[in-house]
Amino acid sequence: MSELNKVMVEKYRNDFLREVEANVEEGNWVKMCMQCGVCSGSCPFGPYWEHPPQEIFMMVRAGKREEVLTSESMWMCTSCYNCIVRCPRELPITHIMHGLANYAHRLGIAPKMNPTRRFAKLFWQNIVKGGRVNELKLSIGLYFMDGFSNGVKKGLEMLPVGLGLLKTGRLNPFGLLGGGKCKGAGDIHKMLKKAQEIENRRKGFAS
Amino acid sequence: MAKKEYSFYPGCSSERKSSASNYMVSVESMCKTLDIKLNEIPDWNCCGASIGYAEGGELPRHAMNARNIALSEKHNPGQNIVATCAACWLGAKETHERLSASEQLLADTKEALKEAGLDMDYKGEVEIRHMVEVLIEDFGYDQLAKPVVKPLEGIKIAGYVGCQTNRPFGVAGESFENPKYLDKLTEIMGAEPVEKYDQKVTCCGGALAFSEPEKSQAQIKKIIESAYDFGAEMIVTPCPVCQMNVEVYQDQINKKYGTKFHIPVTYYSQLMAVAYGSSAKEAGLDGNVIRATRLEEIAAKPAKK
Repeated sequence: MSELNKVMVEKYRNDFLREVEANVEEGNWVKMCMQCGVCSGSCPFGPYWEHPPQEIFMMVRAGKREEVLTSESMWMCTSCYNCIVRCPRELPITHIMHGLANYAHRLGIAPKMNPTRRFAKLFWQNIVKGGRVNELKLSIGLYFMDGFSNGVKKGLEMLPVGLGLLKTGRLNPFGLLGGGKCKGAGDIHKMLKKAQEIENRRKGFAS
Repeated sequence: MAKKEYSFYPGCSSERKSSASNYMVSVESMCKTLDIKLNEIPDWNCCGASIGYAEGGELPRHAMNARNIALSEKHNPGQNIVATCAACWLGAKETHERLSASEQLLADTKEALKEAGLDMDYKGEVEIRHMVEVLIEDFGYDQLAKPVVKPLEGIKIAGYVGCQTNRPFGVAGESFENPKYLDKLTEIMGAEPVEKYDQKVTCCGGALAFSEPEKSQAQIKKIIESAYDFGAEMIVTPCPVCQMNVEVYQDQINKKYGTKFHIPVTYYSQLMAVAYGSSAKEAGLDGNVIRATRLEEIAAKPAKK
């Protein structure tokens, strides 16, 4: 168990709802869920969720801390916002799912091999580096996530797609050398460091 | 027509040699005809997209968007911010809303921005708008129809609105479940919209097309299949992620499902650029992996009026 996870378990004991309200983006909405299930029925990846949003909300209230935070479920969110616009009680469900996933990730208990967790991490590192997306580095990083031979295999599978984009001028062949860079990249690094610092302090994550 | 001016947030995918560079080319042509001046926000950065949540958390994500808003306020004072990318629009608008609603979040964001040498003068007066809002609200369908010199006659087009241009914010006066503006735009350009296209707001998988390709491609298959079922020859969309996802995986889907998909996926701005008399190149048609030959033919013909 990570240090931070231990601290949170100690702090909130069996009150997982309170923990979610205090630490998860838009978490204070969880208790408003009336269990109608519209969100679960509206989700494009609904069939792949181990526990769809409606269930997640009830599990939070029932104190199923480990089951929720170690679940692959929230990582199935495609950010389509169907659930948000359809929820009769106007819960910002997409954001709560993002928030739960982010919280589990920060506690170090999110499923390690979940592909969306890993891709999301890669994406953020990619944009933070220069301030803008470097699409070539992002794709190659994704293919080679599971080692060199897997990367070559995936790269070959994706080659026709890449070549199509290259031929139409929609991929930078020199993307590995540069690109995706703001002049103020240094400023952005400082800004994000500060933002992280403040967020850690506000949410009691500071070590 | 009076010149209209906006602060412009183009976003990463619109950069040269990026996945939506041809969207940008067509937007430039369309704006030239409509006499729209786009003042690019100097040194803008990525919005964090929706997938940024996992590693980025809350405040860093808002700080990224706030930097763009602050730069816009500094360099393009008083101008509304316009984005062409659905994710950029959503990210910036969401941050703008959250900062307007929470004094603490605003104070924290300002503190972070200071590190980037920016003092954000946050009045909350600037609006964050999508290009289609500018078209519909600041021009209106009648105005948009006027410059048409090459009506796109006889082309049946499925209007794929997708998710993030449509939810959670959407376009005023349109429903989330059956938005009509894309069909209306198609129609005034002289083409025939497929009004009963039942997958117009279905999710293509978004960023999960990278991390969960099989699940996403099952979605994309539905989106394309329905377009074919209703007799469409082309799909049109306002979103760079939708465009790319629906266009570039067709061969992989064909291999997996035994389908024979080969349908062009264009941007609304490409339709408009061609109808307004641009060349294929000016409409970014050379950037489509699956060539929109019907549009290319029209672009090559002399103007009707």
